[in-house]
Parts: sequence; structure tokens; C-alpha cells
Amino acid sequence: MAALPPYTTPLERAWHYGFRFICACIFIFLILPILVILPLSFNAEPYFTFTPGMLSLDPEAFSMRWYRDIFENEQWIGSIKNSFIVGFFATVLATFLGTLAALGLSRANMPYRTLIMGILISPMIVPLIITAAGMYFFYTNLGLAQTHLGLILAHTALGTPFVVITVTATLVGFDHSLTRASASLGASPPRTFFKIIVPLIAPGVISGALFALITSFDEVVVVLFLAGFEQRTIPRQMWAGIREQISPTILAVATLLIVFSIVLMTALELLRRRNERMRGIRPS
Amino acid sequence: MAQATLDMGVITTVDGTPLKTKLRQAERRNRLRSFGLVFPLLAFIMISFVFPIGDMIFRSVDNPVVAQHLPRTLAALENWDGQEIPDEEVFSVLAQEMRVAAEAREIGKVATRLNYDLPGSRSTITKTARKIRKIEEGPYKEVFIEADKDWGETETWSKLKQVGERYTISYYLAAVDLQRDATGNIISQPENRQIYVPLFLRTLWVSLLITVICLLLAYPIAYLMATLPVRYSNLLIILVLLPFWTSLLVRTTSWIVLLQTEGVLNDILVWIGVISDEGRIQMIYNMTGTIVAMVHILLPFMVLPLFSVMKTISPSYMRAAKSLGATPSRAFWTVYFPNTVPGIGAGSLLVFILAIGYYITPALVGGRTGQLISNFIAFHMQSSLNWGLAAALGGLLLAGVLALYWLYNRVVGIDSMKFG
Repeated sequence: MAALPPYTTPLERAWHYGFRFICACIFIFLILPILVILPLSFNAEPYFTFTPGMLSLDPEAFSMRWYRDIFENEQWIGSIKNSFIVGFFATVLATFLGTLAALGLSRANMPYRTLIMGILISPMIVPLIITAAGMYFFYTNLGLAQTHLGLILAHTALGTPFVVITVTATLVGFDHSLTRASASLGASPPRTFFKIIVPLIAPGVISGALFALITSFDEVVVVLFLAGFEQRTIPRQMWAGIREQISPTILAVATLLIVFSIVLMTALELLRRRNERMRGIRPS
Repeated sequence: MAQATLDMGVITTVDGTPLKTKLRQAERRNRLRSFGLVFPLLAFIMISFVFPIGDMIFRSVDNPVVAQHLPRTLAALENWDGQEIPDEEVFSVLAQEMRVAAEAREIGKVATRLNYDLPGSRSTITKTARKIRKIEEGPYKEVFIEADKDWGETETWSKLKQVGERYTISYYLAAVDLQRDATGNIISQPENRQIYVPLFLRTLWVSLLITVICLLLAYPIAYLMATLPVRYSNLLIILVLLPFWTSLLVRTTSWIVLLQTEGVLNDILVWIGVISDEGRIQMIYNMTGTIVAMVHILLPFMVLPLFSVMKTISPSYMRAAKSLGATPSRAFWTVYFPNTVPGIGAGSLLVFILAIGYYITPALVGGRTGQLISNFIAFHMQSSLNWGLAAALGGLLLAGVLALYWLYNRVVGIDSMKFG
């Protein structure tokens, strides 16, 4: 933060610091809800607020009981398992289908490009309640409601737009002379694909996959309509917790989810840097 | 590519086909290959996403129940003029069909359907059906009117005729607080039943308010992030991305923790002495809760497009304006601000589109007064089971969102949508 030049007037000076103060307040607004949850999840009392003991940093006032609660409760364990099963398969499917489509969409001679792109992105745009209602009737008729398969297919549809967008974005800067060079050196098209294209678009594919994973992991509306008791995911369980028996176990789960998203975010940032490095863009 | 030879003015390949034809074939093959890559996903989305939604929206005009169970009654009513109640012939046909439907335990569906358009008529049907099952034969007219005097009203019959239409607009009419009167004219619902137009207006107003608040909060911090040296701005970007990446339910939970009457914020206010312990403020489970939580959730969607636009504005523009004698505020409004308009457009449209169809947050923290249109769609889907009305409300919401999406595509382009 560069010091203000000596010629600034007092008014400008006041404005400068006033502006910084306003920005600080907005950042606090953004981050506070996340920061508040972390300490409260270690609360020894079943309350959602800071006890006097916590404020005086009394070690007695803190405990891991809510974390133990998660792993002693079959419903939570089941929901964690379900979230990972649904998330994993939906991500794999969405990544495969989305990457293929992005490769096709990025070719110069793709017919009806805008229209098709519009349709492929629409699961991200259509309000979730409408998606959920439509899928409810559709999957019930197929006998797939209240099955893991139905949920996986639904989450695949919701995750693909992210894969399509990130992979297409990676392919925008793709240098097609690389594939021609590879072909002119005698590589077959499949070999060119695996040796040249795949390594270059890999960061885009992986970040798309992470987006698809977090979408599935965070999705609750479709789950509310499609899942039975056996398919409850983490967000569904949290939803029930907030609506029915609100207990600080939710805060412990929330903390674990925050840690999970920090890990994913870090992975994504590292990928972005690697992508820029590979494409010869200097890190900014 | 085959070798081209010149032959009688038409360029052909070695095997004699004109080069143009060959080229067209090659292009078609290439197009097919591109399409082949897109096809699996396109087919998947069409089957598992577009079709189900279309099917759901179709329910808003589809109206099979009465037409299916009372076909002969409806045929008998075909030429009825609506002036006075129908004669015995119609009553006896209806009685027979009601008896069949009651034995198949389907009469409840007919009653429910009629009740949507004529509140209170559910009991008219069920009561009469019970009566009819007890007697063997007519005349039925008196029995009907004795069972429920509504059968002596022409309104009941004209409504029955209306709900018998195979395809109906009555769900859409209901979704905008209108109805058809006995003669088929479109009139507004009675005052105490007008809930959906105010609800749509409230949803639009709240979405607009959230968009404006997001813009006001996002603009300064995006500006700060764009003007600070990279090593500081990277840190600030993390502060924006962390909430963006955190589960919606986690963030909603934390707002409950912060804002509830026994929550952190009220505790602090009591501790400072701004409010008394009895005077704790109700900040959640109402519209305030919905707005605060939704602004927090949607803020990153505004910051990120603004930031990416502001990053490209060279600081020398502002310096040039100031060196030419502009005051800081004039330099900002005539030079800097117009350059950020594309970012404002992109962010605002995105936030508005997301806000208008929001479900989770209002459902969890909105209480009774903070509900939006999505919550009523969910209510009709899950509780009242009036799927036709849910579909009509959904159809209107979807039409609005798609129009905005189209606008977004025109203004911003979906290609330029990026994350992170």
C-alpha cells in the first residue's frame, strides 16, 4: 500500500481513509459469517452463541463433542457417504460429457453453435425449483426417484455447464498449429489428442470437474424432491437440521465443509497458475 | 486432398468429381464430426433436463381429470346455454358417471379439480356422490339439489363445463389472480384471494433491491481490488472467493447464528447497551433475513465481473482526466464509471437472474413474510399438490428468467462467463 503523495489535501486524505474503511466493513460482512461459525462449532454448550466462558478463553468452554456427534450419528455418516457417492459419479459423468462437448463446440465449423451452447448452459440458469419439479415427475415416471442413479443423473445435468464453460475457456487460447505440427511429424490423430491436446486442456478439465463436484456437494433443492431417506446427502441433512432439530452439530459439519471448500479452492488456484505457466502467460 | 486438374473449365479431382463437391463433402464430414462430439451431452441434456421441464410446464395447460371421468356429462352440457340449470337428462347422466367414478375411488380427484376453480365445491361433489350411491334410480334433479343447493346454481354448472375442457388456461389465470366467470368472461379474483400478482411484484422488487445493494457493496471493493498492487489484491480476492466456495447451507446457517434473537449480533447490541435485553430485534425469519442472507450469497457474483472489467481500465485514464483539470468526482463519473458499465450490466443481470428464482434461503430464513415465488411453487408441488398451478407459476417464472438469459447473452455473451 503506497503512501499517499505529500501534495494530497486533507479532504483527499480523509476520503482515502474513509474509502478504505468502507471497504473493510464490506469485507467483514463477506467473511464474518464464515469466521463466526468456526469457534462456535467448538462450543461446549448446546447454544449458538458465545458463552462467557468462550469469551474468556476458558478451555473448559470448548469441546469437540459436536464433532464426535457427527461420527457417532448414523444419519450423518450415511449422508456423508451418499454425498461422496453421488458427487463422485455425477462429477465423472459430467466431466466426460462436458469435455467432449466443449471439444466439439470449440471447432471452427460447429453448426448452430450459439443455440447449442445456450441449451447446454441452461441447467445453470433455470431456477432450481423448476428443474427440481420437472425432474420429480420425470424420474418418478421412470422409477428412478428415490434411487442413487436418479440423483446422480440429475446432478450430472446440473454440473455439466461448469465443465463446458471452463473447458471451452481453456480452448479459446488453444494454439491449433500445435496439433498440425504434431500431425506433420507423423503422429496419428489419437496420439495427437493424448499427447498434445489432453495435457494442455487438463487444468480446464480438472477445474471444471471441481466445479461440478462442489455443485453436486452443495445442491439441496433437487435432493429435496428426488431423494428418499436412503439418499440423504449432507446438505439435505443440514436442511433437516436447520428446519427441525437445530443442534450445534450443524456448525461442526459446516466447519468441515468450509475446510473442504478451502482445499478445493486451493487446488483450483494451483491449477490456474499451472495453466497460465503452461500456456506461457506470465503469472500476474 | 486429391490432386486438382483443370478440365473444361471445371476444376476436378483425379477421380473426376468437381473440386467444389469434394470440398463440400469434406466440410460436411467435419461438421458431423464436431456435432458428434457435442451430441452425447446435447442428447443427455435434452432428455434429462429440457424434456422434463417442458413436460412439467405442459401440466399448466393439461387438464385431463374431469374430461376423463365425466365425458358424457360434458357432452350433454355441450349445447347448454348457461341461462338456467340443466334438465333431468343431464342430471341423470352426471349421476351415473359420478357413481362409476365413486366406485373407482376417483371422485375425489374430480372434486379437488373443481375446487381449484370454484372454492368450496369439493364438498358439493363428495356429499352428492355419497347420496347417489344410496339410491337406485332417479329422478335425480331433486336429489342433487337436496344434497347441495349449489346444484341449483348455474355457476356450478358453468364451472363444471369449464373445468371439463381438455386443455385449460385457468391455471395461468389463477397464477395472475384472474378467473373466468360463469359466462366465460375473464375477471379478477376476489380481493382476499389476490396473492400471486403481489407475490410476483414482491419477488421482482426484492430481486431488484438485492441487485442494487449488491452493486453498491461490490463496486467499492472491486475498485479497491483492481487498484491495489497485485500482492494485496490477491489476498482480497481470496476473501471474496472463500464465501463463494462455501456451501449455501453453511452460509445460511451462519446468518441464523448471527441474526436470531438469541444470536451473536443481538448479544453484542445488548452488551454494548444499544438495546435492552427485552428489546432484542427480530432480524431473521422475515424479509430482512432473506435480503441480508441473499445479498451475502450473491455478492461474489457481482464483485467478480466488476473486478474483471475494472482490471482492464488503465489508471492513466483517470490521471489524464485530472491533469486536464477535472475534479476527482468529475473524472470518476465521466471517465471511470462509463468504462465499468459492461461489468455493471453483467453482474446485475447475473445477480437478478439468480435472485428471482431463489428458493433455499427464503425457505430457511424468510419466515412467513420473506417468501418468494419459488417458495410458493414448492408449496403447491409438495403440500397443496395443485401441480397445475405450480406449473403455471413455474412457467411464468421460467419465461421471465429465459428472457433475462437471452438479454444476458445479447449484452454479455455466455462465452465470456467465467468463474473464479
